[in-house]
Amino acid sequence: MKILVCISKTPDTTARIAFKDDNTKFDDAGVQWIINPYDEWYALVRAIELKEKDPSVVIHLITVGGPDCDPVIRKALALGGDQATRVNSTEADSFNIASQISAIAKEEKYDLVMTGKETIDFNSASVGGMISELLEYPYVSLATKFDLSGETATITREIEGGEEMVEVKLPLVVSCQKGMAEQRIPNMRGIMSARTKPLKVVEPTAVAATTQYLNFGMPPAKAGVKLVAADNVAELVRLLHEEAKVI
Amino acid sequence: MVLIYIDHSEGQIKKSSFEALTYGVELAKLLGTEANGIIAGTIDENPEDLGQYGIGKVFQVNNPELNAVDAAVLANVIARAAKENDAKEIIFSHNTTAKTIAPRVAVRLNAGLVSGATALPELTDGFIVKKSVFSGKAFANVKILTDTKIISLNPNSFHTTKNETGKAELVQLNIPVPASSIKVISVNKVRGEVPLTEAEIVVSAGRGLKGPENWGMVEDLAKTLHAATACSRPVADSGWRPHHEHVGQTGIQIAPDLYIALGISGAIQHLAGVNRSKTIVVINKDPEAPFFKSADYGIVGDVFEVVPKLTEEIKKIL
Ligand SMILES: Cc1cc2nc3c(=O)[nH]c(=O)nc-3n(C[C@H](O)[C@H](O)[C@H](O)COP(=O)(O)OP(=O)(O)OC[C@H]3O[C@@H](n4cnc5c(N)ncnc54)[C@H](O)[C@@H]3O)c2cc1C
Ligand SMILES: Nc1ncnc2c1ncn2[C@@H]1O[C@H](COP(=O)(O)O)[C@@H](O)[C@H]1O
Repeated sequence: MKILVCISKTPDTTARIAFKDDNTKFDDAGVQWIINPYDEWYALVRAIELKEKDPSVVIHLITVGGPDCDPVIRKALALGGDQATRVNSTEADSFNIASQISAIAKEEKYDLVMTGKETIDFNSASVGGMISELLEYPYVSLATKFDLSGETATITREIEGGEEMVEVKLPLVVSCQKGMAEQRIPNMRGIMSARTKPLKVVEPTAVAATTQYLNFGMPPAKAGVKLVAADNVAELVRLLHEEAKVI
Repeated sequence: MVLIYIDHSEGQIKKSSFEALTYGVELAKLLGTEANGIIAGTIDENPEDLGQYGIGKVFQVNNPELNAVDAAVLANVIARAAKENDAKEIIFSHNTTAKTIAPRVAVRLNAGLVSGATALPELTDGFIVKKSVFSGKAFANVKILTDTKIISLNPNSFHTTKNETGKAELVQLNIPVPASSIKVISVNKVRGEVPLTEAEIVVSAGRGLKGPENWGMVEDLAKTLHAATACSRPVADSGWRPHHEHVGQTGIQIAPDLYIALGISGAIQHLAGVNRSKTIVVINKDPEAPFFKSADYGIVGDVFEVVPKLTEEIKKIL
């Protein structure tokens, strides 16, 4: 059983969001980089739990990014996983990222490819689905539970207005969100062993981009809060009805 | 031709699909082309009525197998329908269905995909779509470089325009449906409640409510407003409320017309899920609560006193 976990690097959830170079780049001054929470807490930790149950499970990690991703992928290795690959490309196009990952996954013939539901910076929710199409694997998105019995996965996933439980045979691609596993903190042994785990850097294959991020901006700031006294709730209702026109 | 994917569940068309229809129709006008819809599967309503949203034709692959969301199967069918009918722009509403199938359709059609779009594209210098990034804290302008283009529109970020007399021509498509490899064991839908992502009004409560036994007043307010209920993460983590109500960076991201936050401090990770709401009302006893900085209206006060009064006052005007 071979699992591939896709790891992306994102700014910390409390990071100040600002842009530089004529608003064409994210301003990362003072920003702390983390493993995208969906990739870490849900995809990776669930993969580690599967390995704890069945030690024959092999976990590979992959990230597509520049050398500044190395500390993040090392942290992922400290949590668990046997080895990692970084595809040395800073391309932001989802199709390009999915193509880089699929090129490697095709060689390695993984039984299970796990991604997060989306990255918290670009919020595309695209890479997992694209990998599944490129590999011609089934795709179960937005999973909140994942169990494995032999070659069959039983997965609970979010659907519009509820959830459903499905059964799928391996191999497959699953995108993970809250519910899959509980957050963990790497321990000392994990951190020490991560230093010696293999981190292979490979060059990207040539793929034509399908989209291009031109520039960024901030939504207009709020005008400021209008406070209403606690003993004058009727005034709040009047404002919502007549001014904001939302009720 | 602009092709709009019409999402449905249990025979009902999703509200967000109507926004996608209006978006697609307005996009077709900008491009000087026609707008048509596509239904994969079966619906209870008469598909011809979708003409009310301004589309000329509605294509249907009338096979109940397609009512289940299997990305591989749906992508196969939609991509084929798009190709055979020469659709160059495909519009989805960015809900759980689109997140599952749009990326696969994009790969099949070699199309650039922009998900989480919030406005019609700029066409003066290519095809540039504005989308929400950093969980609603910022936006990006993304250029689609391919001939075929796919846009997945954020729910609640575009209006709907309806004309009661419109009729669309129903065109049945004869596309074979591949066998699904995903077996659905059980479906668990929240019934009788407004789904959170589609709700126009959301009433949300946090740790300030003290315990699950106090949610009665939250539900009363929500019911009065025909609103959905939501909660902060610690509330879901403590099991006070179900996980599907958890909004924020690691929960569901919503953009209702009105978001009412009761006893929620307004941590940055919470705001990431709700800051695209059009109007935000905050009720918190702490005047220093960070949420007031992102609010449009606020009351500094005790939720246990203010909320029942608020429900009473709203009943008077409805
Ligand atoms: C990586 C990460 C991701 C996270 N993701 C999310 C997320 O997706 N969603 C989320 O919500 N949080 C998330 N959090 C947690 C977040 O940081 C906050 O801890 C959380 O939002 C606080 O919830 P709260 O506002 O309900 O509780 P608190 O912060 O405890 O606030 C309770 C508020 O209630 C007020 N209050 C108390 N009693 C009353 C009363 N009687 N009347 C009126 N007001 C009263 C208090 O003044 C206070 O402001 C995340 C954190 C991290 C680190
Ligand atoms: N650069 C990347 N390298 C590796 N995995 C990625 C990368 N970008 C996205 N992913 C994976 O794909 C998921 C969805 O990302 P996205 O489609 O960009 O929202 C993430 O949660 C990751 O698991």
